[in-house]
Amino acid sequence: MSTLLALAAALLFAIGTWLILQRALTRVVIGIGLLSHGANILMMSSHRRGTPPIHGNDDPGNFSDPLPQAFALTAIVISFGVTAFLLALAYRSWVLTHDDEVQDDLEDRLIGRGAWVDKDIADEQAAIAEEELEQS
Amino acid sequence: MTALLSLPIVLPILGAAGSILAGRVKYAQRAISITVLSVNVVLAGLLLVRVDDVGVASVQAGGWAAPMGITLVADRFSALMLFVATVMLLAVLIYAIGQPGAERHHVGFQSVYLVLAAGVSASFLTGDLFNLFVAFEMMLTASYVLMTLGGTPAQVRSGMTYVVISLIASALFVTALALVYAATGTVNLADLSGKMADLPEGVRTAFSVLLLVVFGIKAALFPLFFWLPDAYPTAPGPVTAVFAGLLTKVGVYAIIRTQTLLFPPESQAGTLILIVAALTMTVGVLGAIAQNDVKRILSFHIISQIGYMMMGLGLFTVAGLAGAVFYIVHHIVVKTAMFLVGGLIEHIAGSGRLSRVGGLVRSAPAVALLYLVPALSLAGVPPLSGFVSKLSLVRAGAAADAYWIVGVSAAVSVLTLYSMMKIWNGVFWSPAEEPPEGVPHVVGRIGGPLLMIVPTAVLAAAAVALGLFAAPLWEFSERAAADLLHPAAYIEQVLGR
Repeated sequence: MSTLLALAAALLFAIGTWLILQRALTRVVIGIGLLSHGANILMMSSHRRGTPPIHGNDDPGNFSDPLPQAFALTAIVISFGVTAFLLALAYRSWVLTHDDEVQDDLEDRLIGRGAWVDKDIADEQAAIAEEELEQS
Repeated sequence: MTALLSLPIVLPILGAAGSILAGRVKYAQRAISITVLSVNVVLAGLLLVRVDDVGVASVQAGGWAAPMGITLVADRFSALMLFVATVMLLAVLIYAIGQPGAERHHVGFQSVYLVLAAGVSASFLTGDLFNLFVAFEMMLTASYVLMTLGGTPAQVRSGMTYVVISLIASALFVTALALVYAATGTVNLADLSGKMADLPEGVRTAFSVLLLVVFGIKAALFPLFFWLPDAYPTAPGPVTAVFAGLLTKVGVYAIIRTQTLLFPPESQAGTLILIVAALTMTVGVLGAIAQNDVKRILSFHIISQIGYMMMGLGLFTVAGLAGAVFYIVHHIVVKTAMFLVGGLIEHIAGSGRLSRVGGLVRSAPAVALLYLVPALSLAGVPPLSGFVSKLSLVRAGAAADAYWIVGVSAAVSVLTLYSMMKIWNGVFWSPAEEPPEGVPHVVGRIGGPLLMIVPTAVLAAAAVALGLFAAPLWEFSERAAADLLHPAAYIEQVLGR
C-alpha cells in the first residue's frame, strides 16, 4: 500500500515538474496542481495507519495518526485557493495578450537584441510595443 | 503575556476584516490600518523589552501543552525582527497613503496589506514548522495580490513567475514537512531540536539542505534568485518597498531559525553556506551594475545583501550570528528607505530609467539627500549603519580565520558603492531631461507629498542613528546570537521542562 502511495507521489512529482517547465500557462497551472497533490500524498503516507481515531472503543495505540491528515487538509485548502488565484491571473494574461504563452521578459528581449546601450532602450521599447500591437 | 504574543497576529486579521466591511469609506479604512499597525508597534516594543529582561516568552494556543498544541514563542531574535518589521510596515503604509496613484485607491489594498502584516508577525512568532508554512502562505498570498493589484501586462507577466516559483517552494515545503514528520513524529521546533539529534547523520543533512532550499527560494539565495529582479520592480512603489524590506528577510529568518535550532552547529556544513553566501553577494552586485533602472538595480542589491546575512550564519560563531542579526535590522531599514526613494524618483520624474531621468539634485534636493544617506549606508561608508554591520561581519570572519569570505565581502562593498553612484550620477547629477507627458514639472518645495517624504526621512534618519548609536543594538544582537547558538532556554520554555 505505501509502495503504491510512494509511486503515486513520485509520478505526480515527475509529471508536475514536466508540466511546469512548459511555456503554456494552462499547463503550468495544472503542473502546480499535480505537484501539490504529490506533496499531499507524501504527507498522507507519512503517518501510522490504524483504526479511525477517537471513534469507537479501540485501544489508542491502534489509532491512526490524525495529524498528517489535518496537515494535508490545510495544505489542500491553501493550494486550492492559490490555484484559483493563479487561474484568475492566467485569464487576465489571456485577456491582455490573447495568448496562453508566458511572455519573455522585456529586459531579456532587450539584451537579446544587443540593445543594452542605454540610449537605444527607449527606441527599442517603442519598437517592441509596436510589434506586440501588430501581433495582437 | 498571552496578549503580547497573540495580538500582533490577531489584530491585523481583525483589522483586515474590518477594512473590508468599511468598504469604500477610504478614511475609515486608513484609520483602521494605521491604528492596528501602531498598536502592533507598541506591542512588539513591549515584547522586545520583556523578552530581553525576563527571557524567552511562549504561549500554547488553546492551552494544549507542547508538542501537541500550537506554540507561539518569542526569543530575542524573533522579538527584534517583529519590532523592526512592524515599524517598517507602519512607515510604508503612511507612504502608500501619501502617494497619488491608482493602486492605493483600490478598495482591497488596505485589507490585503493587513493580512500581509499578520503573515509576517505569525512567521516570526510561530514555534512550529507547520505553522511556519501556514504563516508563509498567508504572507505570500497577500503578496501575490499586492503585486498584481494594478493588473497591468508587466505586473501580470512577472506576477505569474513570482506566484509559480513561490508555489513550487511551498510544495517543497510540504514535502519537507511530510518527511520530517515521518522521521520524527513532531513538527514543534523545540521538540524537533531534540529529536533531530537522534536521527542518522545522512538523514539530518538531507533535511538541513531541503529546508535550506525551501527557504532559500524565498530568501533569493544563489542559485535560486532569478525570480526576484523580474518580479519586484513591476509592483507599485510602496509594495516593492515592503517586499524588498521584509519578504526575503522572513526567508532569512526562517533559515537562521531552523539551521541553528534544529541542526547542531558542530554538524553544520558551514563552508557550504559560506560559498553560497559569497556567490550570492557577488552575482547580486554584478547584476546590479549591469542594470539601467533604479528599481532593478536596487532589486539586484537585495540579493547581494542576502549574501552578507548568510555569511554571518555560515560562520556559526556568536560574533558571526550577531553580525547577521545586526545586518538584517540595518538592511530592512535601509533597503525599505531606498525603495521609497525609488518610488519618489518615479513620482517626480515619471520613470526610473537612468537615461530618462536627470538633474534631480536641482529640482528635488531633498530627495537627493534622502537617497544619498541610505545609499552610502548600504555601501558601508562610516558612520552609517552599513559600516557597523559590515565591520562586525568582517571581524567575525577574520576571527574565524575565513579570510577569503572577508575578502569577497570587502570587494563586493566597493562594487556596491559603484552601483549606488551609478544611480546618483544617472538620476541626480546628470543634466535634466524633459519629463514624459502628464508628469508635473514642478514638484514643490520639498520634492513630493509630505506623507511620502516623512516616512522616507524617518527611515533615513534611522540608518544614521543605527550607525552613530550602534552599541545598544550591537549588544542586543550579541545576546540574541548567543541565544541562537545555545537554544536550551528556548527549548525549556516551550516544552516546560
